[in-house]
Amino acid sequence: MGYKMKKLFCEIIFPILASLAFFNIASADETKLTLTGSSTVAPLVLEIAKAFEKKNPGTKIDVQSGGSSRGISDARSGLAHIGMASRDLKPEESDLKNHVIAKDGVCLILNKKNKIEKLTDEQVVKIYTGEIKNWKDVGGADAPITVVNKAEGRSTLELFENYFKIKNSQIKASVVIGDNEQGIKTVAGNPNSIGYVSIGTAEFDARQGSQIKLLAMGGVPASIDNVKNGKFPLSRPLNLIVKGELKGLAKKFIEFAQSPEVFNIVRQQYFEPASK
Amino acid sequence: MIRPAATYFERLMTFLVWSISLLLIATLIFIIFQMVGPGLSTIHWRYLFLEPENSGRAGGISSILVSTLLIVGVCLLFAVPIGVGTAIWLSEFSDPTRFFGKNIRRSLDVLSGIPSIVFGLFGNAFFCQYLGLGFSILSGGLTLACMVLPILIRSTEIGLSSIPTNYRLPGAALGMSKFSLLRNIILPLATPGIVVGLILGIGRAMAETAALIFTSGYVDRFPTSIMDSGRSLSIHIYDLTMNVPGGEPNAYQSVFVILVLLFFLNTLTMFLADQLVGRRVTAI
Amino acid sequence: MFDSNTLNPHRSDKFLLITLRGFSALAGITTVLILLFLIAESFPVFQKFGLLVFFIDSSWYPREQLFNLVPMMTASLLAATCAVLLAAPLGIFSGVFCNYYAPPKLAWIYRRLIELIAGVPSVVYGFWGLVVLVPLILNIRPPGASLLAGILVLALMIFPTMALASDSIFHSFPKEQLNGASALGFSRWRTIFSLILPSVKRNLLAALSLQIGRALGETMAVLMVCGNVVQLPKSFFDPVRTLTANMALEMSYATGSHRSALFVSGLILVLLIIFLVLSAEFLQRRIQND
Repeated sequence: MGYKMKKLFCEIIFPILASLAFFNIASADETKLTLTGSSTVAPLVLEIAKAFEKKNPGTKIDVQSGGSSRGISDARSGLAHIGMASRDLKPEESDLKNHVIAKDGVCLILNKKNKIEKLTDEQVVKIYTGEIKNWKDVGGADAPITVVNKAEGRSTLELFENYFKIKNSQIKASVVIGDNEQGIKTVAGNPNSIGYVSIGTAEFDARQGSQIKLLAMGGVPASIDNVKNGKFPLSRPLNLIVKGELKGLAKKFIEFAQSPEVFNIVRQQYFEPASK
Repeated sequence: MIRPAATYFERLMTFLVWSISLLLIATLIFIIFQMVGPGLSTIHWRYLFLEPENSGRAGGISSILVSTLLIVGVCLLFAVPIGVGTAIWLSEFSDPTRFFGKNIRRSLDVLSGIPSIVFGLFGNAFFCQYLGLGFSILSGGLTLACMVLPILIRSTEIGLSSIPTNYRLPGAALGMSKFSLLRNIILPLATPGIVVGLILGIGRAMAETAALIFTSGYVDRFPTSIMDSGRSLSIHIYDLTMNVPGGEPNAYQSVFVILVLLFFLNTLTMFLADQLVGRRVTAI
Repeated sequence: MFDSNTLNPHRSDKFLLITLRGFSALAGITTVLILLFLIAESFPVFQKFGLLVFFIDSSWYPREQLFNLVPMMTASLLAATCAVLLAAPLGIFSGVFCNYYAPPKLAWIYRRLIELIAGVPSVVYGFWGLVVLVPLILNIRPPGASLLAGILVLALMIFPTMALASDSIFHSFPKEQLNGASALGFSRWRTIFSLILPSVKRNLLAALSLQIGRALGETMAVLMVCGNVVQLPKSFFDPVRTLTANMALEMSYATGSHRSALFVSGLILVLLIIFLVLSAEFLQRRIQND
């Protein structure tokens, strides 16, 4: 066994350790890109990356989902070549540069069984701050409202807060969710709930037969078309974030992601391509 | 073995034990059917051999199965020698009253209780960033290895402790070296424990989600080396249910696949324990 | 068993011992590494805001620099304890059933089923909880995603392992003693209750403490069904957020003090586990001495 152990070490473990060093160097070359960030953008970029790899054999694009903040901090620290963010850059992030690849909106959703067809901004604020606790106060059935909120740090939450001018600590939530799909599931499963999610996601799910409906906001129906023509008030860009000058493979990839070649892929994911 | 006495209380207890146990198992089977049912009715064998397309909504899970296999393989490659070695040392050589032995054991108890998400964050910081392995199957496998170590050690130890002292003394008296005592007497007898620990470890590794999200990553194409990022089957299920609109039907199919895989693994444990070893070995 | 300094200084032995000791040290040091890493990552927020903020701040809004973790600690402890209290007796019951009531064939099938169920991944339980259990509770009282849902899913996850553990504990109980009890005319339940249970109490307790740790650390399933609202629950139907869910939900979206504060959640959890392990050890020693 002593011999076997030595053999094990020499033949298996050592080569692995040695190969680590090699791969570390290999990963720094110009055939591999790492992207991290927003879970809204990741599925889209993943499909774009596949098309890119097919078109440029030998290249490798790694896409890791996480969150806009992670995408931005990874792009800054160099852990990722490109970050993905579903929001605009903040003033303190001016050391980075964003490249819009698609547009998305955020809309309120209700369960299909809910009789309410529209809510004013003021009513939405009152519902989210706990002033209105029952649907009958806004003209609906006599049932307690289940308020679905997003977790701290999500860009959807920030967008929502900014539009309605409320702070997260004022929101009295009954359920806190992470990703869009979880929000849609929660609302679809509870006839008395209200939530807000990505329009692209909501439209796709509603068409797939999810028990949800999209609420108009400020009188503008929530649809990807209204995001496209700029009428919808709560829209956001889906960004690719890079630090410093754009060059090499990253440049090639971002140019590809903004080209008409990928518009079909973008639409397939229910987002609006960013036309220049 | 135990003679039943027909007192009223005795009959009540018998009834209670039977009904609770059967009710429980019926409920659990019902729940399993709820999990498996939708996948079972839609799945096609092609699902196993196609690559995922459109974020997993279409296509299959071939590349994901390969990644899962690689992650588990890397995990075992590191965990088995360390785990079995530690177990042997702990139960055969260490003195549980001395500082080193006592605290290793303590530390392992704590390790087995550490939440998988903490393993994930640790793996991300230590393997991905500090050692520079990045999001990779290797990072994921190493993180899982840390996780399954306590399981492996525990069941190997149980296997070892079930060997009566009488078996070891003659060897020691004959002046056998510890090494040959270990190889010729103890290890063969402890094999069932090791095998069971191994399979339990594989099961745990395959089922893990939280620890892998931050280490092996999300990439769903075929890995070409263990330095590639690879998505495990459980992460695929998580991603399909939580992040992919319209991913639910395929999530059900993946759930079906993972449950079938775990079922086979389980049957294998049982078979090995019963046939090869010829005695009963239980999980914990 | 074998003191490393006895006779037989075989050469292979030396190498073997060094290797084994090295492996043990490696295994043991992992915990220390994880603990050090958590402390290092949470250090910035301690430095900036001190320790007290995690207990006296008004709530958890890290972007507004409020870091109270008490509601989440409460939720974690409450969910884990209730789940174990629910699952442990049932697990022990089915261990008893398998060993002393069921005919061997049925016991075999029963065991296989439990083993199968024990292997179901937590993400699958979470998925099931989200699509089946939560809507069910919703019909009783909204919002459905609640402490109760978390407890039930956790109990469901813990029950099979607890059942397997107690099954093997009962199985290893010496047969001779059973025959003795039977010869004395003890009834079946009396034998179990006054002979077997007391003598395996220690082992059952050890299994139990392991399960509490597992329930505390469970992430995915709890994240999916608990509702994740940061609050002290007033009833079982209130949504709660556990420490693990807190990390999983916000970690990848957090930067700066927020991120650091999330590592504090992890640190607290690990300290809790250490406390649990030490108290289980203490308990076992006391039972042993009795």
